[in-house]
Amino acid sequence: MNSDSNPIWTLAWTFGLMSLFAVGGGNAAIPEMQRVAVDVHHWMTDRQFADMFAISQMSPGPNVLIVTLIGYSVAGVVGALTATLAMCCPTAIFAYFVSRLLSRSSHSRWPAIIQAALVPLSIGLMSASGLILALTSDRTVTAALITVATAWLAFATRLNPFWMLLAGGCLGFAGLV
Amino acid sequence: MPPDSPSAAAPAPDIAPSTPPGLIELFLAFAKMALAGFGGVLFWARRGIVEQHRWMTADEFNETYALCHFLPGPNIINLSFVFGSRFRGIAGGVAAFAGLVGPPAVIATILAALYMRFGEIDVLRRILAGVACAAVGMLMATVFRMMAPLVKRRDRVGLVLLAAVFVAIGLLRLPLAAVLLVAIPLSIAITFAMRRRVKA
Repeated sequence: MNSDSNPIWTLAWTFGLMSLFAVGGGNAAIPEMQRVAVDVHHWMTDRQFADMFAISQMSPGPNVLIVTLIGYSVAGVVGALTATLAMCCPTAIFAYFVSRLLSRSSHSRWPAIIQAALVPLSIGLMSASGLILALTSDRTVTAALITVATAWLAFATRLNPFWMLLAGGCLGFAGLV
Repeated sequence: MPPDSPSAAAPAPDIAPSTPPGLIELFLAFAKMALAGFGGVLFWARRGIVEQHRWMTADEFNETYALCHFLPGPNIINLSFVFGSRFRGIAGGVAAFAGLVGPPAVIATILAALYMRFGEIDVLRRILAGVACAAVGMLMATVFRMMAPLVKRRDRVGLVLLAAVFVAIGLLRLPLAAVLLVAIPLSIAITFAMRRRVKA
């Protein structure tokens, strides 16, 4: 057995590094999570990945907890814990140090420049997330219509997202997807 | 319940925080936000921190959120740690972080176990497939919302950078770290150069 075969280390290393590159939050890292979990390590199929995304959207709390589901599927409870801490801790500690640094020298214009520079990149990452998840989820015309209708409702109205997910689930239950 | 809107003006009066929260109070407050915060913790975080507990004014909350938004990683989780540490140092940060992540992670683990056990049952498969379609739509709506200001400003450089990242990650499936190690310095350099040109 080589050192790469311990799944706990792989989870810790993979998500720890990924969290530092998740510019724009958890959903921006979806393509990378899918690439690593499906293409690189073959932990799951792309359909299972889409399922886990759906579950993480339905369950309460930060959406980034899709990593908890991925971790569990790889190595049980220890895997879930490892993936969660690896994805959440490094950036939280980083944010702590940056906030202390900034509170001392608050007149620099660099934070504004960096922020402006990162916005288009994080939107690009999230668009890629949308594409990748749509390719696995929207395999029928009805499925694609549900996605388009939800996108429009969520964009144009202030309807609680819960009802949209519920409607999607009901249509799926009825066998229309 | 309106969806999360960071800039929505909170009706809370801008008065100084009453008393700094203790560790248990921090843990419980963030656990409550996390468990109430379906589809977006931010809305509940603002309500809890600014309106209910008055631990921060609306402006202080916006500043802290803006900081956590431009740093990498899950924004709201970064915010919990930064927020908690302001009041009670590292221990406060850990308490808020544990409150926000702990209970939902337990729920996610239980759901994961149920999925591993029953995920292949036909009825569940169909329901999940339907939920997944809607969840993708919600994600796309967020993308449109974020993209709208760029389109409105005719920010060509921003839109080109956005498209380049989309192609590299979404179509070519390149590794995230490699793409960002090129894109971040490039984008910062362009932004810096353009601001200087505007000034001159």
